[in-house]
Amino acid sequence: MKILLSWLREFAPIEGDVDQLTDHLSDLGMAVEDARVLDPLDGVIVARVADLRQHPEADRIQLVNVETTDGVQLQVCCGAFNMAVGDLIPFATIGTVMPDGMEISQRTMRGELSNGMCCSAAELGLGSDQDGIMILPDDLELGASLMDQLGLSGDVLWDLEINPNRPDAMSVAGVARDLAARLNIPFSIPEWVTSQGADSENGLATIQIHDGSLCPRFSARVIRGVTVSASPLWMQMRLILSGMRPINSVVDVSNYVMLELGTPNHTYDLSLVPQGHIGVRRAVQGETITTLDGQERELVPGDGLIVDYSDEPIGIAGVMGGARTEISPATDAVLLELASWEAESIARTSQRLGLRSEASARFERGTDWDINVLAVERFCYLLNEITPGGIELVGDVIDVEGNLPQRISVTVRTSRISMLLGRAFNSDEIRALLEPIGFLVEATDDDDVQSVTIPSFRPDTETETDIAEEVGRHYGYGNLGSSIPRSPDAGHLTTHQKVRRVVRRVMVGAGLAEAMPNPFLAPDEIPKANLRVDDPVRLLNPLAVEESILRPSLLPGLLTAISYNYSHRNRGVGLFEIGAVFDVSPDLAPLPSEHERLAVLLGGGDAFASIRVLETLASALHLSPELLNTDDLPGLHPTRGALVSLGGLEVGVVGEVDPGVLERYEIDERCGWLDLRLDLISQVSVAAGDASYEPVSAYPSSDVDLAFVVDDSVQASTIEDTLRQAAGEELHALALFDVFRSDQLEGGSRSLAFSLRLQAADRTLTDEEVGVVRQRCIDAVESSHPATLR
Amino acid sequence: MSVHEQIAEAQAEAVASIEQSNDLESLTALEPSLFGKKSQLGSLKRLMGEVDADDRASVGEALNEAQRIIREAHGVAKERFLSATRRDQLEAERLDLTESLESSPQGHLHLVTQTMERLEDVFVGMGFTVSEGPQAETDWYNFEALNLPAAHPARSMFDTLYLDLGDRTEIGDGQGGEATNILLRTHTSPVQIRVMEMMPPPIYTVCPGRVFRRDTADASHMPVFHQIEGLVVDHGISLADLAGTLNEFTAAYFGGSIRSRLRPSYFPFTEPSAEFDITCVICEGDGCQTCQRTGWIELGGCGMVHPNVLTNCGIDSEEWTGFAFGFGIDRLAIMRYGIKDLRDMYTNDIRFLRQF
Repeated sequence: MKILLSWLREFAPIEGDVDQLTDHLSDLGMAVEDARVLDPLDGVIVARVADLRQHPEADRIQLVNVETTDGVQLQVCCGAFNMAVGDLIPFATIGTVMPDGMEISQRTMRGELSNGMCCSAAELGLGSDQDGIMILPDDLELGASLMDQLGLSGDVLWDLEINPNRPDAMSVAGVARDLAARLNIPFSIPEWVTSQGADSENGLATIQIHDGSLCPRFSARVIRGVTVSASPLWMQMRLILSGMRPINSVVDVSNYVMLELGTPNHTYDLSLVPQGHIGVRRAVQGETITTLDGQERELVPGDGLIVDYSDEPIGIAGVMGGARTEISPATDAVLLELASWEAESIARTSQRLGLRSEASARFERGTDWDINVLAVERFCYLLNEITPGGIELVGDVIDVEGNLPQRISVTVRTSRISMLLGRAFNSDEIRALLEPIGFLVEATDDDDVQSVTIPSFRPDTETETDIAEEVGRHYGYGNLGSSIPRSPDAGHLTTHQKVRRVVRRVMVGAGLAEAMPNPFLAPDEIPKANLRVDDPVRLLNPLAVEESILRPSLLPGLLTAISYNYSHRNRGVGLFEIGAVFDVSPDLAPLPSEHERLAVLLGGGDAFASIRVLETLASALHLSPELLNTDDLPGLHPTRGALVSLGGLEVGVVGEVDPGVLERYEIDERCGWLDLRLDLISQVSVAAGDASYEPVSAYPSSDVDLAFVVDDSVQASTIEDTLRQAAGEELHALALFDVFRSDQLEGGSRSLAFSLRLQAADRTLTDEEVGVVRQRCIDAVESSHPATLR
Repeated sequence: MSVHEQIAEAQAEAVASIEQSNDLESLTALEPSLFGKKSQLGSLKRLMGEVDADDRASVGEALNEAQRIIREAHGVAKERFLSATRRDQLEAERLDLTESLESSPQGHLHLVTQTMERLEDVFVGMGFTVSEGPQAETDWYNFEALNLPAAHPARSMFDTLYLDLGDRTEIGDGQGGEATNILLRTHTSPVQIRVMEMMPPPIYTVCPGRVFRRDTADASHMPVFHQIEGLVVDHGISLADLAGTLNEFTAAYFGGSIRSRLRPSYFPFTEPSAEFDITCVICEGDGCQTCQRTGWIELGGCGMVHPNVLTNCGIDSEEWTGFAFGFGIDRLAIMRYGIKDLRDMYTNDIRFLRQF
């Protein structure tokens, strides 16, 4: 919302430093997006076109003689052709600094002198019109400062962001009311009554509201003697600076009243409205109307309609008028509509039709139903002022009520307001803050309680809490002071959050970088990554098909990231991600199932590299992973994958990415892959508890090395398990230290060498004891597996 | 030659032979001739019985002294040879330490994670817990419970991504923004609702997490981004408490020279509502391009929890009051390092990631 200081001053004697006023506006909840003191345009004066002639050397430039004061003429080269001899124009004299910083100097263009510049409105920062030189009204003073003549010298233009709960601030008067209250100066709306017509010819127009909820109030007036012409420059300037285009006198007055009082309005050519009758009702299925912009619009039940005597639509209520009753240069009698509408209905209709306008923006938030008649008077007053010879008002203001909202009163406890805002107010202070912005405050029998009546222009305010906001807003949020409440409990992270942080640190320690790929995938990424998910979670309204499903796995995202890096000549990149994956819930829960996973993709790493990351992670959490070699896991290398269990719970997979998948992602290096359910890891980690302590034995240990030839069908970890069991409690540590395949071994087998360290807590083990354990281990392995001691 | 002269001669010969040895081996070979029974001193010791009783003490003394001197000379020589050997060994092991071929540097946490953890740590220090919830949510938790019923015009403030769950999706009539009821959360406020439903007050918690909007990615918008929201519900919580808490957070996170201020605003889920500005971290309030010369930058929204929201969560809004606040994490992350384009954080380019 663009607001001019000079316009605000018509409602309140606002003075003071621009920066301070800007801070007040912002502090009142009208965020200032821009504050601009209008450029005084020193050096830009009113000049007259005295002569026009073709530049002898250039087709697109004409030579203009401008008369700056009586009898003084200067030659100027000008690229615009829209002025005629005798026109008054803005003229920038030599030395003028234009709003864009350019300084006007004497120049020679193709051999002809140019002693200044004829200006367009855009060049002067007065609107967007750059099509030609600005033509000024004839009554301006030749040679005088343009801005002085326009009455804009020293004016300030604010661009305010108005919140949806402040319909009152969608008008010059409303902003003035709020600012005047803050500045503690009087605010008033001037008397604009044009006292004529009251006793003549009532009945030229009739209004009938068929749906009182749609239209709480419809005010109207018949005006004759209208001449559609250009509006005066001062009005045009205000409209332009407020961001609207001047059209003609009637439309400009209509927009001016809307900007000033926040009341959108509409004019009909009365001669095109049969019998002068206007009805208001909701549309029924199948109705259509051709709107002012020439488009035929289909209506749906619920849309608000203005209809004529024969019940035919002649306008969409609060959104756009119909083409059939549009005023034209031939119009003599006008019917002015100034109505209030149901906010939700206008919002629905304008949104559906894509017709958002200054009018619908105001109706959607709720306009002041109590100001209609005043706004009618304002319209008539202004149109009378700017119409040469004046207008003729016919009959009284017509004012028909639908379901007029009741003024509501709210009980407001001083103690509650003080508690909510954190400052002790008394009832007088509350009254002094509320009354200047239109609230009526009355004492009650209870000292703590006042009754507050809410003004018609604040439909957003309904409760005691809403009133607290108004009190706080006008007292100033910054003046309330500050205090710090304290939780009765110590702040902390949950166990899961702590485990997640440990996992992140372990990944970073393992040299991996954390990636954040897009959680949305294209549907074809699922087969591309060989994931075999039939029914991924789909988006109903994706931005693009490439982002139309929610990832069921972290694999495609990380592959895309590795592929990106690979194509930028960064091989061997190791990435990890912790993030949610989604599946359609297997039970009938409404939400999709959502699991937090940890995934690691090691560019250039093999399955063992992934296992090293897994083992580092497990040891950091005092867990030991168990692996089960498994062929054809989704996305994994068909013969290099294993299921991972921790603490007896299956938590994910480890191995390498399927070479076929890597090929499709254009990655020409092996990629190690680890993919674990983080929620389960955290669960297992909590179950396992803290690290456990065993006293370090003071007695020497003995090492036993055993190598077995083992059939390939048996996992090394199975032999390890057997050894562990057989060795019993004297086993202190066990490790596989050599794997060896050779032609000398039987086909389909390999040699696995284990080292066992034996130690007792209370004595030195004798050679006999060590020998017994050794033999027990050998017997156990040979008897339970296709394995022989080498 | 007297016995004393013989001892002196034997000592001199032994010391001379030690000094003539070239290395540890020749010194070791010499040892029997220095210390053994067949050494010259050894022979002289055997003659002790033939020495006069009066001289015996002085001869014994001379023998011991000679022996000491020979051992010392031998010790010095041996140490010299050993240290030379050690020096040769160490020299042979000499390394150019800059020839290292492999490196295993520390990895990197994502900038968003680092920022999120830093924020969590500040709030934990202020007595808050950290709450989390699902990213796919029901319409109730994301909108309705937050005082945003289906037809509420403020729903247009959120460009929402909805999920298509087939039969499980309840599709509305498509009017007034009413649509399917499962969506990707547009803010972390649904976590606040879940916390209030589950936990009786007092509540002091922050809700960080990933959120979604139907926004085309550009330099300052991503369809997927991160937020942190805070919620306090307790007896007698006021707007002044909100201001004080945000001030404390601002000073703790940004540093003591950065302040915060509240400006009235509007959100459906809070009343009174406010925007939460901080001193521009670039110019520290002097006014620059980043803050459009105002000296302030808008960080987020906040306000007193709307009584309807408390009621929706089964909390008596007369007994308890609360405040809530929220702001974006991604913007804080890029602000700290002067990154111009949000999208840079999500390319997963190792050349970007490894800088943090």
